[in-house]
Amino acid sequence: MQRTSLIDKELQDKVLSDQGLTFSEKILSLKRSDEPGKIALASEIMVAKVDLAMAHDGTAPLAIKVLGELGIKRVWDSSKVILHIDHTYPASSEHIANFHSIMRKFAKDQGCYIQEGNICHQYMLEHFVVPGMLVIGADSHTTTQGSLGAFATGVGSTEIAAVWASGKIWLKVPDSVKVVFDGRLPLGVYAKDLILFTIGKISSEGANYKAIEFTGSTVKDLSIDSRATLCNMSIEAGAKTGIVEADSVTKEYLTSLGREVLVDVHGGKEAIYDKVVEEDVEHMEPYVALPHSVDNVKAVREVEGIPIDQAFLGSCTNARLEDFLIAMKMLKGRKIKKGVRFIVTPASKSVYEEVLKKGIMDVLLEAGALITAPTCGACVGTHCGVLGAGEVCISSSNRNFIGRMGSSESKVYLASPATVVASAIEGVIADPRDYLR
Amino acid sequence: MKGRVWKLSDNIDTDVIIPYKYKARSIDPKELAEHCLEGIDPEFSRKVQKGDLIVAGRNFGCGSSRDQAPIAIKASGISAVIAESFARIFYRNAINIGLPAIVCKGISKETNEGDIIEIDLGEGTVKNIMTGKSLKADKHPEFLEKMLEAGGLVEYYKKFGKFPWE
Ligand code: SF4
Repeated sequence: MQRTSLIDKELQDKVLSDQGLTFSEKILSLKRSDEPGKIALASEIMVAKVDLAMAHDGTAPLAIKVLGELGIKRVWDSSKVILHIDHTYPASSEHIANFHSIMRKFAKDQGCYIQEGNICHQYMLEHFVVPGMLVIGADSHTTTQGSLGAFATGVGSTEIAAVWASGKIWLKVPDSVKVVFDGRLPLGVYAKDLILFTIGKISSEGANYKAIEFTGSTVKDLSIDSRATLCNMSIEAGAKTGIVEADSVTKEYLTSLGREVLVDVHGGKEAIYDKVVEEDVEHMEPYVALPHSVDNVKAVREVEGIPIDQAFLGSCTNARLEDFLIAMKMLKGRKIKKGVRFIVTPASKSVYEEVLKKGIMDVLLEAGALITAPTCGACVGTHCGVLGAGEVCISSSNRNFIGRMGSSESKVYLASPATVVASAIEGVIADPRDYLR
Repeated sequence: MKGRVWKLSDNIDTDVIIPYKYKARSIDPKELAEHCLEGIDPEFSRKVQKGDLIVAGRNFGCGSSRDQAPIAIKASGISAVIAESFARIFYRNAINIGLPAIVCKGISKETNEGDIIEIDLGEGTVKNIMTGKSLKADKHPEFLEKMLEAGGLVEYYKKFGKFPWE
């Protein structure tokens, strides 16, 4: 036993200190199970041991069915399987209620963790993930967990069932793209604007199959809330994962939640990147992604004045405390435009609690917001704000594909919480900077 | 494998292939197939025939990670999707459920809707019967090829008692 851990330690030191390896190559080398000890280099197909394997009410019911078809009675490690009931919570129909029941029963039978009423990615940040982990989730936005220095990526239901069965996954070690943001964020510009700008520039397939590492002086100053926004939307450029290496901000966040770094992984100084994108954020401004593609990005000022029916402040992209503090600041003493539905959905119960405690709720209600329970809801057009034909929504979420939030004849504009709030106040797409000065 | 082509553009996302409202309601392939690609062509599920193929542009299947997307396509009768490139989760999901996802550079330009295409996975070629033009397709890694041959991940596991990468 001791001998094994000694070898592990040796391997770990060797991998962590190798200046030629990227972050992804390092983590995957340490997790490797097909040829333990062999360095995992970009483009290589390898098999890795998984630290956490999650699914939610949109993917778990099918995964549970697949596990049954495989004839597998027990998951590989019940402490590493996490189920979330979040997409349509509480259930909006009998069909969905039945799916939730299937999940509860499965969790009970297997003895694995299940939570209800927090968006999965936010809950994973708040409760489970630490730097150095390999996190696999049956949801594309699992990349969010990269904000804590983990390697996190999404798969489908069949594949998560295979992970639940074996504790392992095959992966192609990704090439890495470095995105460097430098400078101080101008007024009204947030992590959401940075990532929208970047996706607009490199396109919705600009990082297909690759790992994006976010770095630079701007990123160093970002909170975990903001880093989560960056990593969350990496998948919108096709990335396998988005990463912000752990630093003092990460450690502080973890300490406040009673967790600590597992393995402190940092990309090597001589590592080879597929592409390096450097941006001076001081020239940036608030951006919006126009229907029906996340890379259809323009400056807010170019599209100001487009009338909206709904403004949505929610989703795993932007519904954390930081986002609500911005909303409070902008809405104090102001009212939402008559005729606009301003739907606010905190990402988790703990965010909800903070929103209550800090008096943000009062400001939002007074302004005319409709506050829902934490859930995915409107983001994915399942309940709590589904769009009808011809309706227009500005949303703090991450996708504006045709039919994403409801009718295939509705339109979704994606923007930062600040731009969403400014638009809710004016009833048209509006620049947030006027409300922040 | 030979079939008639349905031609799709670049960046076809999984919300268009199968909207969440249907995915949330059912995991029954037949029910999902009825709504396949509804966002692009509400009549698709009625017009598509068994053995037809989809030829698409770049980044096919981007967006949400839903197995229900390739399941809906497969259950609608489509026997393979050939594209310039695939979003990674869709590519994995498709192969896992036994729907061949074939990368073939240049295919978009060389095909029109309704053309007949012949795929030879062993040879790694895609041939347009109408024009006689043949293109090279990317080969899947061997273990994925074996999984496809077996009909997907579940079938492979049932047959061999292990996963193809084990
Ligand atoms: S909030 Fe939206 S993007 Fe995030 S997990 Fe839920 S459905 Fe997916």
